Amino acid sequence: MQKVLTGKCIVIGDNIDTDQIYPGRFLAITDPKEIGSHCLCGVSEDIAGNFPEGGFVVAGRNFGCGSSREHAPIALINMGAVAVLADSFARIFFRNAVNLGLLPIICKGINKHVKEGQTLTLDVEAGTVNVHETGEVFECEKLGDQAMKILEAGGIKPMMRAKFAGK
Amino acid sequence: MHAIEKILMKNSGKSNIHTGEIVNAKIDFAEINDLYLQTVYSFYEMGGQKVWDNERCAFVFDHYAPCPDIKSAENHKAMREFAIKNNLRFHFDTNCGVCHQVMPEAGVIYPGMIVVATDSHTTTHGAFGAMGTGCGATDMATILMTGELWFRVPEIIEVRLDGKTQKGVYPKDVILAVLGKIRADGAVYKAIDFTGSYVEGLNVAGRMTICNMAVEMGAKTAYMQPNSDVLEYVKKRAVRPYEVQYTDPGYKYAESYTFDVSGIEPELACPSSVENVHTLSSVVAEGEVKINQGYIGSCTGGRVEDIAEAAKILKGRHIPEYTRLVVIPASREVMLECMTRGYISDLMNAGATISTPGCGACLGAHEGILAPGEVCITSTNRNFPGRMGSTEALMYLASPATVAASMVYGKITDPREFLN
Ligand code: SF4
Repeated sequence: MQKVLTGKCIVIGDNIDTDQIYPGRFLAITDPKEIGSHCLCGVSEDIAGNFPEGGFVVAGRNFGCGSSREHAPIALINMGAVAVLADSFARIFFRNAVNLGLLPIICKGINKHVKEGQTLTLDVEAGTVNVHETGEVFECEKLGDQAMKILEAGGIKPMMRAKFAGK
Repeated sequence: MHAIEKILMKNSGKSNIHTGEIVNAKIDFAEINDLYLQTVYSFYEMGGQKVWDNERCAFVFDHYAPCPDIKSAENHKAMREFAIKNNLRFHFDTNCGVCHQVMPEAGVIYPGMIVVATDSHTTTHGAFGAMGTGCGATDMATILMTGELWFRVPEIIEVRLDGKTQKGVYPKDVILAVLGKIRADGAVYKAIDFTGSYVEGLNVAGRMTICNMAVEMGAKTAYMQPNSDVLEYVKKRAVRPYEVQYTDPGYKYAESYTFDVSGIEPELACPSSVENVHTLSSVVAEGEVKINQGYIGSCTGGRVEDIAEAAKILKGRHIPEYTRLVVIPASREVMLECMTRGYISDLMNAGATISTPGCGACLGAHEGILAPGEVCITSTNRNFPGRMGSTEALMYLASPATVAASMVYGKITDPREFLN
């Protein structure tokens, strides 16, 4: 896994729930690219089509609250996001993101400071986010060992495949 | 040590356990609902062949029951094939109801167990002294392969509910009042233990409503020490022996909140967040709130007790023209009981539309979708924008009695008006 990532960001608010990330009416869709095209349409229909490839979603508290749908991180990944930086995450979203290789990074207060379209560099190991335009540096929480283990394996799928390959 | 810790300790085969530790625990029952065909995909992608135990996992077809479109029909078909191939002992097709209602009914939920489902409201099963938690499709696929899942041993918060509620105040009002205080992220990553004299005396349905909405505060799981109602319920149904766990006296909670439920009034979670809780009286004091649709159903508010309250209020009355009331019993068992007791005919005579047991419009899939600009009062658990249809529709969460009372005049109304 890449541990230093640079990309542009979008900025959204608090309590962005899974219905806003990926509304219930699209849940029967299984094609990942199509899932990605509806990402965050509960916030605005314009986000997914214009999202910067390899970019960051910056949000407030309790990102990903609501249902356990894995479509939420699948949508974010297929929209082109590599990480979500937020004040806090809902628990199931956090697990789903790690399992699928999307970085959920707790970075308190960041959504009050950065602006849409700014370029950020996230250093996962150092636990920092650098804002290119302003030179500001934010501290973020480091991921736990279990989460790092899964992410370094490329997600839970390659990890399980490796485990079951011998059986 | 807390009962939840004892459950985790037992299922992970350890002799000690501490908060924050990551443990691999055995799963006693795993449930996949019909939104999660991805579970089957992930299972095969990871090299899965057969489920670890064909008596401990099941599909529940509840969100799309019966199928509203070709896509969901295809998903059901693929899941059925998987269930048949793995010879699953339990299967809940489109004629059963909402997963969190049908699992306890079928006896696969009992005290002291761990149940994991691909649904966030799996916290519901804390009502039975079980540890229930939700997960995503790929986590579920790892369970189907190994029978285990990793957990972080959570901090445990106590929410103490003491006293007796006033007439017209229901468990839904109590949990809304709690949510308004603790907020939507007040318990993220943590477990909530509901204690106190109110909980000790509460029936199974009321316990389920409260534990169900613990996840709206971000909780990983909820817990209530089983009382005699619960033990009675599971005694008749449990498919295997079980052991009730008890919290040691003097256990120190990470945080404690105390509520005197006698002070709680009929409550509303106003648009468009579960934590936007206000007393009904304060909302209507600011002006009339007209309603286009009432909705009674879901794993929060679609049980016999809920429908009974609605029928009591609406019997002999009629909803106004150009409004609608959708009632969806949470399960076949619930619906049959409501039919026997005459609630279904009372509600139909009052103008209600009754639909198939299942999730219905609770998550905006079908059977009662809202148009832009419409206002709905609902006994469900979420009112995020777009939850029940258009992102421009507004949803008020309330008790089933408040929904029924509001449908008498087509505007938000205090149920106490009808209860004397
Ligand atoms: S009834 Fe609603 S909240 Fe409950 S499982 Fe179904 S969609 Fe989810």
